[in-house]
Amino acid sequence: MIGDIIHIMVLAGIVISALMVIWQKELISAAVALGACSLLLSLEFFILGAPDVAIAEAGVGAALTTAIYIMAIKETINKGGDRE
Amino acid sequence: MRPMSKIVQAMACLLYPSIIVFGAYLIVHGHLTPGGGFQGGAVAASAIALMIVAYGSKKYNKTRLSALESTGLVMFISLGLLGLGVAFFHNFLANTGGIFGELVEYGTNLGNLNTAGTIPLMNIAVGLEVVGALGLMMVILAKGPEKGGRV
Repeated sequence: MIGDIIHIMVLAGIVISALMVIWQKELISAAVALGACSLLLSLEFFILGAPDVAIAEAGVGAALTTAIYIMAIKETINKGGDRE
Repeated sequence: MRPMSKIVQAMACLLYPSIIVFGAYLIVHGHLTPGGGFQGGAVAASAIALMIVAYGSKKYNKTRLSALESTGLVMFISLGLLGLGVAFFHNFLANTGGIFGELVEYGTNLGNLNTAGTIPLMNIAVGLEVVGALGLMMVILAKGPEKGGRV
């Protein structure tokens, strides 16, 4: 029972963070939301009984991909707004 | 890329050693627990990515990471060739009593790190290779193309 509740909460968190990626106006916030989506996905893999895949997803998806996106976004300039 | 603020730098310095140690734990215990060469290498490479995001990419040079990657690949293929007396990738160290060579206990136990022959050594080789390759990717992405358009 309590396992089902945690499972549904993690799945709802994945959907909410994926929607946050689309709705965020700032690119850095969208990249961080993508990292949160990846972290919750690795938790879902762990719940479903695949700890190997969960560690790989947390290492590559949550850490390295977010770092690559942040590196790319820091090199760009925002011509439309007043903030960097 | 440019370095980030003091807060990010302080937190990166705090987290860096524990991430490296956790990656080494995942690599070395690869034959007993979930994890292994690729997963531990990816975790340790995320520490390099953290330092590059916090401090900029000037302090890393590509030669050392490239040498790390080549070391891993050479170690892996020479472990395969060393077992060639019986077969390619023959596990010549298992159950010999030497390094990583103890007999596995029968029944349920906590797991002995000093077993499994060449498999932990192969995990270490793959770990070195993945740290070198992913760290090299990070450094090249952060530095950008050099003069003349060459990477």
